[in-house]
Amino acid sequence: MATWQPDPSFYPSPRMAAKAPAENLAYVAAFDPERRKPDAIAVVDVDPKSATYSRIVGQVDMPNVGDELHHFGWNACSSCLCPNAPHPHMERRYLVVPGLRSSRLHIIDTKPDPRNPQIVRVIEPEEVAEKAGYSRLHTIHCGPEGIYVNALGNPEGKRPGGIFLLDPVSFDVLGKWEIDRGSQELAYDFWWHLGHDTMVTSEWGTPDTFEEGLVPEILLGSKYGRRLHFWDLHTRKHLQEIDFGEEYQLVFELRPAHDPTKAYGFVGCVISLKDLSASIWTWYRDGDRWAVRKIIDIPAEPADADDLPPMLKGFGAVPPLVTDIDLSMDDRFLYVSCWGTGDMLQYDVSDPMNPRLVGKVRIGGIVSRATHPKAVNGALNGGPQMVEISRDGRRVYFTNSLYGAIDPQFYPDGIDGWMVKLDVGENGGIAFDENFFVDWPKGHRPHQVRLEGGDCSSDSYCYP
Amino acid sequence: MTEMTPWLVLAGLGAFHGVNPAMGWLFAVALGLNRNSRRVVWLSLFPIAAGHAVSIAAVLAVVVALGLVLEPHSLNLAAGTVLLGWAAYYALYGHRHRVRVGMRTGMVGLGAWSFLMATGHGAGLMLVPVVIPLCLTASPASELFTANALPVSLAAVAVHMGTMLAVTAVIAIAVYEWVGVALLRRGWINLDLIWIAALAATGLVLVS
Repeated sequence: MATWQPDPSFYPSPRMAAKAPAENLAYVAAFDPERRKPDAIAVVDVDPKSATYSRIVGQVDMPNVGDELHHFGWNACSSCLCPNAPHPHMERRYLVVPGLRSSRLHIIDTKPDPRNPQIVRVIEPEEVAEKAGYSRLHTIHCGPEGIYVNALGNPEGKRPGGIFLLDPVSFDVLGKWEIDRGSQELAYDFWWHLGHDTMVTSEWGTPDTFEEGLVPEILLGSKYGRRLHFWDLHTRKHLQEIDFGEEYQLVFELRPAHDPTKAYGFVGCVISLKDLSASIWTWYRDGDRWAVRKIIDIPAEPADADDLPPMLKGFGAVPPLVTDIDLSMDDRFLYVSCWGTGDMLQYDVSDPMNPRLVGKVRIGGIVSRATHPKAVNGALNGGPQMVEISRDGRRVYFTNSLYGAIDPQFYPDGIDGWMVKLDVGENGGIAFDENFFVDWPKGHRPHQVRLEGGDCSSDSYCYP
Repeated sequence: MTEMTPWLVLAGLGAFHGVNPAMGWLFAVALGLNRNSRRVVWLSLFPIAAGHAVSIAAVLAVVVALGLVLEPHSLNLAAGTVLLGWAAYYALYGHRHRVRVGMRTGMVGLGAWSFLMATGHGAGLMLVPVVIPLCLTASPASELFTANALPVSLAAVAVHMGTMLAVTAVIAIAVYEWVGVALLRRGWINLDLIWIAALAATGLVLVS
């Protein structure tokens, strides 16, 4: 229903959004890797003054089993205030929650009780396949033409993966987004520069190459994704492809600058086939083309083969495995999850070509198994993974599971879920909040975190 | 006084469109902010006004053409029906539009955007019930409709566009220079609801 004023959580610019009040709740996707009980969206109390701080205070179960909830997003956000495509009289109210494995879409209402969200609509995979020609739904962004959903494959689980649109009011599947996909076939993440009319997409692989776990031959053959694609956001045409080269595999999370006047962003590459290192790249405008430059190399750490899972024994090293990154609202700090080594790194990227490492914590990790002050088990498994930053940049939350079929390849003893929080210093520096540790209930693993009212990967802006 | 009323209504509608952020002033401000240029704000006003005027002129041209062949009563009925249909369409699907013009647009794109926004809103349709009687009173004998309809319609477009441009300019400059876009957070009231109600009410009056 149309409202009289814009949702109070919509901000014209990232500068204004950074002054938003602190969040009280976090929504966290939780899935059962055994696919026996329904996945859920859990509600975590993140208000330090609350008696139930750091506890799961609500949960909504999916109607089926085996969805593999992964990433999700809001129905509406600050881009509703854009001048070229205004639809400001909406509520940030519904979570759009896809199943990565099932391709089923759930629309979840966080009103009237934000602690007790309810499923109001389920869109079955057959409908998505018929109307959009895609499956394996991955990332959600609210944007100029409604709700954008990307998918990693076609209905047969093969290439191409791509993006489709949902009506932001009725949630009907509107159809495929691409008008000319050019050379793009693989999909992983997508986001945009609203100020530059540019969509950016990245690459993983087709579902048949990852749903049983990473396939070593495909990885070592450099057959997983390694490219970025740039598109005209409004003509929906492919403009340019940038190939990172044979050495680099799995080009994942895209974090464009929030300031719409800045034409650059950051992307993480999970692994180098040369030395197992991970890397962060900046894409930027170079004349009338886009270009990339590698700005951070994170080396693998030597390790005793006895401490390594079968897949890594031959290498004698732990790869950092940068599987998620996130950029603060002021485009100053980039957080880098090293799911292999267990590090969460904080870089000052005020100069996007010259990052400075300014903060670091370690928790979990394939070999290190680093603990947390509030954890009862002194050896945590899993590592920093999906990371989310509060709008004011003072708090950072993350969880420890990557993907059901890949978790056991790197953590063969299984992953016991946890969620933690960091406090951020005024000029950088990160430290654990010793009072925040969610020992995730057995049977579920936590994945993406979304914060009440929006966060640093949920909204895009048209005004600097 | 009553002779002036239709012209005041035309000017009032122009002011209403000028106030609406979705009709252009906000785009002018955004382009100025993104390019850090006061000049861009000023320049943007012209394609915005031109696109709006073309949209309105196109609607009035159709009405004048219909006025040649239809009885005044049938003309009112047709106009009212279209207004009611537009109100319903806008209420149901107003949010669902292809976005063709982005933040890197040039002045031609901005004019096309303004044309599409005004047309989608049914901006010209609201002028119809004002312009029809103006044309008729100006030409009591129907054979004179053509002769007078053209200058009257052109004057209607000019009055409407003049006030729309003036209001758009004042708000765009004020927001760019002093007020800032934080205003949008609480100040952007749902003018579409008012607009839909106005379209529907006018349509009802015409068909009844």
